[in-house]
Amino acid sequence: MSHVNRIEGIGRIRRGRAVRFYYDGRQYFGYEGDTLASALLANGVHLTGRSFKYHRPRGIFTAGSEEPNAIVQLESGAYTEPNTRVTQVELYEGLRANSQNCWPSVKYDIGAVNSLLSRFLPAGFYYKTFMWPASMWMTYEHFIRNAAGLGKSPEQKDPDRYEQLHAHCDVLVAGGGPAGLSAALAAAKTGASVIIMDEQSEMGGSLLASDETVDGVTAAQWLKTTLETLGTYDNVTVVPRCTVTGYFDYNYLTAAERVTDHLGIGNGGYSPRQRFWKIRAKRVVIAAGAIERPLLFKDNDRPGVMLANAVRTYIRRYCVLPAKSVCVFTNNDSAYDTAIAVHEAGGAVTVVDTRQSASAVSVKRARDVGITVYHGYAVSNVIGSRAIRRVEIRRLSDDAQSLVGDPVTVNAQVIANGGGWNPVVNLFSQSRGKLRFESGIQAFVPDKAVAINPSVSAGSCAGVYDTAQCLATGAEAGEIAARAAASDPKPSVPMPQLTKALAADAVNGRDFYVVPANTGAAEGLLQKWNDRGYSKHFHDLQNDVTVADIHLAATEGYRSVEHLKRYTTTGMGTDQGKTSNVNALSIMAGIQQTDIPSVGTTTFRPPYTPVTFGAITGQNRGELFLQARKTPMHAWHELNNAVFEDVGDWKRPWYFPRHGETMHQAVDREALATRQSVGMVDASTLGKIDIQGADAAWFLNMVYTNAWLKLPVGHCRYGLMLNEHGMVFDDGVTTRLGENHFHMTTTTGGAARVMAWLEEWLQTEWPEREVYCTSVTEQWAVAAINGPNARALLESLTDEDLSDESFPHMSYKSMKVAGLDARVFRISFTGELSFEINVSARHGLALWEALIDAGKAFDLTVYGTETMHVLRAEKGFIIVGQDTDGTVTPFDLGMSWIVNKNKPDFLGKRSLSRTHTAASGRRQLVGLLTDDPDTVLPEGAHLVEGHVRRVPAVTQGHVTSSYMSPNAKRSIAMGLVTNGLDRLGESLTAQLMDGQMIGVTLVKPDFLSIDKSPETKPEKGQ
Amino acid sequence: MLLIECPWCGQRDQTEFSAHGEAHIARPTETATLNDEQWGNYVFFRSNSKGLHYERWTHDFGCRRWFNAVRDTVSDQFLVTYKPGEPAPDAKQLTQQLSDATSGTAKVSGV
Ligand SMILES: [Zn+2]
Repeated sequence: MSHVNRIEGIGRIRRGRAVRFYYDGRQYFGYEGDTLASALLANGVHLTGRSFKYHRPRGIFTAGSEEPNAIVQLESGAYTEPNTRVTQVELYEGLRANSQNCWPSVKYDIGAVNSLLSRFLPAGFYYKTFMWPASMWMTYEHFIRNAAGLGKSPEQKDPDRYEQLHAHCDVLVAGGGPAGLSAALAAAKTGASVIIMDEQSEMGGSLLASDETVDGVTAAQWLKTTLETLGTYDNVTVVPRCTVTGYFDYNYLTAAERVTDHLGIGNGGYSPRQRFWKIRAKRVVIAAGAIERPLLFKDNDRPGVMLANAVRTYIRRYCVLPAKSVCVFTNNDSAYDTAIAVHEAGGAVTVVDTRQSASAVSVKRARDVGITVYHGYAVSNVIGSRAIRRVEIRRLSDDAQSLVGDPVTVNAQVIANGGGWNPVVNLFSQSRGKLRFESGIQAFVPDKAVAINPSVSAGSCAGVYDTAQCLATGAEAGEIAARAAASDPKPSVPMPQLTKALAADAVNGRDFYVVPANTGAAEGLLQKWNDRGYSKHFHDLQNDVTVADIHLAATEGYRSVEHLKRYTTTGMGTDQGKTSNVNALSIMAGIQQTDIPSVGTTTFRPPYTPVTFGAITGQNRGELFLQARKTPMHAWHELNNAVFEDVGDWKRPWYFPRHGETMHQAVDREALATRQSVGMVDASTLGKIDIQGADAAWFLNMVYTNAWLKLPVGHCRYGLMLNEHGMVFDDGVTTRLGENHFHMTTTTGGAARVMAWLEEWLQTEWPEREVYCTSVTEQWAVAAINGPNARALLESLTDEDLSDESFPHMSYKSMKVAGLDARVFRISFTGELSFEINVSARHGLALWEALIDAGKAFDLTVYGTETMHVLRAEKGFIIVGQDTDGTVTPFDLGMSWIVNKNKPDFLGKRSLSRTHTAASGRRQLVGLLTDDPDTVLPEGAHLVEGHVRRVPAVTQGHVTSSYMSPNAKRSIAMGLVTNGLDRLGESLTAQLMDGQMIGVTLVKPDFLSIDKSPETKPEKGQ
Repeated sequence: MLLIECPWCGQRDQTEFSAHGEAHIARPTETATLNDEQWGNYVFFRSNSKGLHYERWTHDFGCRRWFNAVRDTVSDQFLVTYKPGEPAPDAKQLTQQLSDATSGTAKVSGV
């Protein structure tokens, strides 16, 4: 197909550079500088998709990011991207796009039957669907999603690279039209650092499609000169293809830059595909422009109905006349510029103006060149479905509430629809600024900014539509912002606002929104809109919402604008209602017989336009998403076939399978070998805090439940920490290295939390106390050897006396191990004879390898965290966070012996005697033995009384830890059970999701035959 | 994202900090003598004020120190931050600053 709609001229395209592209599998060509939209229109393609709900044919509606209709699936495979607006896609060689939401093809679409069923898909149809039998929802949802989906998500990993950038500036200018450019220039002249961003491929905004004279030169010349001038300032950064998407507190803004999208797949070189900016700006100038709002009439969604300024943009910027004959339908002056543009491009044009008369310069100019103007008329009918064949217009009654007289036929294939302008107040509203409704221009404008987000709006986003005024307000805004940033660099006060008054651009007729359907002028509006004559007046094109839908929602009681929005889905598409929101408000105001400000606005939320997940994620994916912490012995674990598990950020060996062992077999072997000879585990991840100072012992006495003042130097003690609610929140063994020097250990996952807890009390409550805490978790590597041969193994690597007399349980010695300086703690988490050997982290691997070497004589077995859990559970030792959940006191754990009632105070003490905490009926930790020793309970399983399955059942508690114990030769478990400590010997039943009922007996949580070694209760050692 | 003035480090992004609820709630000294209600008031009850809120923060990804702040819970504006142990700034004066700032007649200076 040739460029049937391409016209003479230069615009902003480069005719020497033809570009091939494919749309729905068919080859076309356009030029460099084209968007996919302008290239399609040049080739005579209007029809670009089917609508969301009714599958009505739809075409290109706008020339900007507000496009609701023409959204396509770009590219395929890993590079595919749904819902891209053809108006924002720059043409590149080989581009492939497919229409979405239609099957089998955009021209013959099976879903279009929905259009015939439209009365079954009314406002709120999602919610009404939910009210059908709930069991059917899965079926309906499947149908609805397939029939009405918005494009297809990519199913492969994104091969592109994205990056994030943090930026700071004195003045951020959002928008590069006439107001933004003059703001940037004015700010730059003061020496302020300026960033100016615009979402389009080149700066200029409305100037790119303007035939105006600006400052005595053409718009194109002014733009060129201004950009060259800005280029001479080192303090200015100009960023095209970059949308300021979010405005957050304290002038923190986000922006999405499409760095190499326009070059095509694989042509980005070393640059990322997209860049996500995070900007902290001292002051912000919002110059985001305005979006034209369409008039609403029957079948106003047909391909060929376009915004008036879009038609003008395609003609002047892209040299594309969308049709030879154009009908301009408007209620204001600005659309006359479009009429003139069509006329100058050689097209036939008819203006239909709802106003009885108009006298602006542009109106006179249109008449002077011989353009036919119908005053007091409105479009009453659009003939044609997949394309407009002709247009019917009728005279409006004097009160504009009905159509009178016979239809007049206008020959036009495009309707340029201009119903006024809506300032883009999205960013300002996101900054929590208040809006004001200006009835003269029938639009919301920025009113008052909040103190923490000082900004100033300039140009058409402030309701100033005249180019000269845009330049003037922009320049003033730029200077105000730069001076405010210089005098008060903190964004903490509102800025002075513009002195230039809002142009009183009130023009009679702007409050005309909806062409009446003529169902009887005598009836009230409410009755009138109830008529199905309004079921084809589409105000939200992307979500297929009509004037009749809003009426239906209103009659069903959805009158609050927030309810209305959700019930009808108005403004909830990917376009966020950029062309529909104010129209929806005007309809609701009409129904309620009030004005728009009384109806209110919905909240504008970021992002302004959709942002890819890739840009938000940046480099933070895969390995870089979260940095793994590895112990000094990690390399050995990897070489020795460890299977790792994540514990917090740590990678810990879970088990070490040999010769094709299953996990179960490996854990059995590791656990048996440890109790039979000696086992070793890498305990380096244990939290370690070095505590020093004259008040260190006093401090430990406050944060632990037991007594610490008299702990002798060189001895260790187990401690429980409670929060002020009296609930256990960490445990560990702490050792007195010197009179005022302690080495505290915490759980692996709780290390940072405990450190913060200690600092909180020292800094905020007891600052006068002399205590210093230092995290030394990563400074020490720890190998823990456990089992009857642990002493013999250690003796082979040291000259130190390790006898019970010289080195008793729960004590500490500094010694040489394998020639390395080591701190050795005789403490046990297995109930076996055990030594935890700490060496400087850089010697961790050397220590480990020396122990492995020496261990050969003792059949040393290395074990992982799973065996560590089995061994501790066999002895009934708890894991905080697994057997406790923040609702468990020491008494609930059966550990009343660790609570020193003679101490006057410790954190959480008073809560233990609160009436509620001391009451009976609490969940208490007990051991659980299944009737069948081979059955391992699932952790989390609930325990109930009786053997009959009941739903719902009253739970008696749940399983917290559960393992197969090779040493006990049966399954073992622990659980929290209501009044459990008083119920030992009783039977309960674990009621599982799959229907199984497993009988259990409550026992003391000590599953090995009682032995009398001191390690059995390490906590009581001293 | 909030911009918070650490009394030791200066202005930093909110992501470096964490909030810890109401400030100036001293831990009772003679806890054993308190009845349930008195102890409950200390552990559980907070003012949850609309407007000026005296609150505790830590600069976790910075100096790791605690400090206090007065924040307007309506606008999220920080009026002042100060070190632990320093007296609570006068609410009346801060309210005046807040209304001056909102009306644009005066500048609010952080600490
Ligand atoms: Zn700090």
